[in-house]
Amino acid sequence: MATANMNTPISAANESNRFHLFKYAAPNNFYSLAGRLIPWVTVLAALLTIVGVYIGFFVAPTDFQQGDAYRIIFLHVPAAWMSMFIYMVMAFWAAIGLAFNTRMSSMMASALAPTGAMFTFLALWTGALWGRPTWGAWWVWDARLTSELILLFLYIGFMALQASIDDVRRADKAGALIALVGVINVPIIYFSVQWWNTLHQGSSINMKSAPTMAKTMLLGMLIMALAFWAYTIAITLYRARCIVLEREQQSDWVKAAGEQL
Amino acid sequence: MMYWNSWSDFFAMGGYALYVWGSVVVVAGFMLAEIFLVRLRRKTVLRQIAAQGTTRTRRST
Repeated sequence: MATANMNTPISAANESNRFHLFKYAAPNNFYSLAGRLIPWVTVLAALLTIVGVYIGFFVAPTDFQQGDAYRIIFLHVPAAWMSMFIYMVMAFWAAIGLAFNTRMSSMMASALAPTGAMFTFLALWTGALWGRPTWGAWWVWDARLTSELILLFLYIGFMALQASIDDVRRADKAGALIALVGVINVPIIYFSVQWWNTLHQGSSINMKSAPTMAKTMLLGMLIMALAFWAYTIAITLYRARCIVLEREQQSDWVKAAGEQL
Repeated sequence: MMYWNSWSDFFAMGGYALYVWGSVVVVAGFMLAEIFLVRLRRKTVLRQIAAQGTTRTRRST
């Protein structure tokens, strides 16, 4: 940041040459930074989606075992990764908000929850549509599927609890407790295919061995994962800005900014 | 580079059209709906702020 932006409070403007970590913990600073980032990340998400869909649905060859049903992988795996990753990030911000009493951290946690819940649902939905032709069942109560369903309930529980408490700071703290307790479920989902005998296949990609997928398929899947990642960043920043405005309506900087928000 | 011989091949998805397109449509639909909803949320809060600002002041800088 070369120049101090117009929303910077006087106390922070005096030391604007010095970078400090907590600058963007101030909602007004976060608001203007996020506003500048969103267009770039949105364009990135759109480009990655176009390339990923093109590779996955037009270039990649069919699978010799599963036929074209395997193409669900280009949506299912990125959605499932995001469902777990978003939960970890949400719990991280909730924990920071709880430990340091930083309002913006808690707002970030709240902004992530709906998108995390959506990707969890989509992972389950695409999984059902993939399970039916390959396993012969829309749903089985195996460890992977059940723990992913619990993840969906954790997201819904987080959002429902926050919505039920009028005092936003108390809602943040209560939500943070659910988010932190629920973190234990993420490694359970991830390692479920190793710890238990599941119908769900093991991971095609891990840190120990070479991927067990054709190169084009792998490329398409990774680009789709990056696309979902960029989408998540863009929509979360956008929603966080909404939450900032909802909570800071009475503050001077919002009133002063007026139509330039 | 194109894997399919024809568009009808593409839409048939080797007989798995229901499962593949059922995934694509729902994923795309949810993401588009989410985008619509956050935009609506922003419009709503901006309208609230505008309604409150009866004595709106311009930014000084």
